[in-house]
Amino acid sequence: MSAVTAAPLRRRLAPAALFAVVLVATLVTLLPIAIVVFTAFKPVAEVNAFPPTLVPDAWTLDNFGRIFRDLPFARLIVNSFVFAGGVTLLSLTFDALAAYVLARMDFRGSRILLFALIGSLMIPFQATLIPVYQLVADLGWINSYAGLIAPRAADAFGIFFLRQFFLSLPRDLDSAARVDGASELRIFRSIVLPNAIPALVTLGVYNFVNNWNDLLWPLVMTTDPAMGTITSGLTALTGPGGIIPFGVMMAGSLIALLPLAILFLFLQRRFVASVATSGLK
Amino acid sequence: MATTATHPGSRPGQRYVPPAPLGGRGPLSARMRRRLTILVFLIPAVTILGAFVFWPMISALLLSFTNANGFRVPEFIGLENYLAVFTDEQVLRSMGNTVLYAALFTPTVVVVALLLALALNHPRLPLRGMFRTFLFIPFIVSLAVAAFAWQYLLDPQIGLVNYWLRGLGVQIGNVFQDPALAMPAVALIAVWKTFPFYMIVFLAGLQDIPPSLYEAARMDGAGAWGRFRHITVPLLGNTTGFVVVIATIAALQAFDQIYVLTGGGPYRSTQTVVMQIYQSGFKDLDLGFAAALSYVLLVATLILGLVQFWISSRRAEAAV
Repeated sequence: MSAVTAAPLRRRLAPAALFAVVLVATLVTLLPIAIVVFTAFKPVAEVNAFPPTLVPDAWTLDNFGRIFRDLPFARLIVNSFVFAGGVTLLSLTFDALAAYVLARMDFRGSRILLFALIGSLMIPFQATLIPVYQLVADLGWINSYAGLIAPRAADAFGIFFLRQFFLSLPRDLDSAARVDGASELRIFRSIVLPNAIPALVTLGVYNFVNNWNDLLWPLVMTTDPAMGTITSGLTALTGPGGIIPFGVMMAGSLIALLPLAILFLFLQRRFVASVATSGLK
Repeated sequence: MATTATHPGSRPGQRYVPPAPLGGRGPLSARMRRRLTILVFLIPAVTILGAFVFWPMISALLLSFTNANGFRVPEFIGLENYLAVFTDEQVLRSMGNTVLYAALFTPTVVVVALLLALALNHPRLPLRGMFRTFLFIPFIVSLAVAAFAWQYLLDPQIGLVNYWLRGLGVQIGNVFQDPALAMPAVALIAVWKTFPFYMIVFLAGLQDIPPSLYEAARMDGAGAWGRFRHITVPLLGNTTGFVVVIATIAALQAFDQIYVLTGGGPYRSTQTVVMQIYQSGFKDLDLGFAAALSYVLLVATLILGLVQFWISSRRAEAAV
């Protein structure tokens, strides 16, 4: 008797238990985001108050005022957009051009080039950081946008990823255009690219997020505090020892988060796709 | 080839021009044009990658056999740097720390990501889409910002999590200044920031398992555990192997949150290999030595990369 009723009861309870577990996991996951958002609007006294609060009792914008006074923050925001946006736009362009050739135009050496690209996917940028830094320094590009952007203006992963995507596009369209005498540039621009927009957006999101959030690169390539990014600039506020202005830091963190959060709101599926595709790596 | 005036693609009023014979205006010029296109399309990417990826790989190797410090003319010193890498106590410690970090980070992140992916894949979980969106959010947060948030939450005086834990009778003190707790703490911050990535990879793997298999097992009377044990576990094996390897590669590169929170301390207990490279290369300006250590990191990553390649090809085979 009990065995007969136990099964349906368990069938009804199981989703509830599962729901409870996932809910707790989600709340734990969101706690650090909540603390950033709420602390950004807390007055200094409450930031350092004991017992601590999560939601501010009083709301203020003081922290936002201070981040612009303590750091060249407006400049850092501009730098972040120029760096992450510049790397994204340039690498999408250069990667797509190279990927097109590797997908559509067989030539002597194309296999070797492809092998070299796949091999270089495994090289972590930290491993070549010293000579890249030296090269950037020799070019006189330390503390410049060129130094931040140029070394990342093309990347093997992007080329490989777009090549795979271009290969998956039907060849009928471009061979028809080719027979009609269209130039390769024309085929690339008006046939292949428009059909590759989802892949380009996915790769763009991947590049933008990675560079926007990167710390080591801007830290090494810039010594002038006004040439860093938001991510690298904020670290100037902290460090082992010393008093940390948590309210100001959270205001800065919130501003750092905002563009990506907005992007995520509109392009959620591309973000998820960017994860799934970097699984190709 | 059609020669009618109503050729598709030709605009009305425009006289149809038949396509040039194969090979363009002349066989030579067409071939030249094709070569020129290939060249022009490849030059930007090849120049960038050549200058900033392939050449640095060679020059890092050359550098690692010298005593370069950015000022003097580098002298060839043979294997001295590599000898130092494998005998210097601090460097060996940083390698040990990196292994410890990987041992803390990788299993934790894989288990967390797998469990949440399984939960999100459960057809009877209410509000699945909402949970998936919320659980994905740490992915867009930088490790540096994650470090700030956790630093405040875990502050010994005013940290909310410390306060709550004290309420439960748990005293953890200042975790980032505690040699025993600093490493687990920085590893857990990375788990928080990166689990969504691995969770999505697992979800993709789970969704590749044909539902018909589960249906068939259900028909045969297999329970939930039986279906998990005999369908999910074996079919997710390759994805799991893949995730373990990429998580380990990521662990070898640990830097951001450590730089922000501990600077490698207390007492070098969180000094990882990349922290050491940064320290030697950019603070001590011991470029040759830093390059040698970089190469050790490179080789370790390549070995893991080959393992990953092997798993990927097995995955591809399984997919066929």
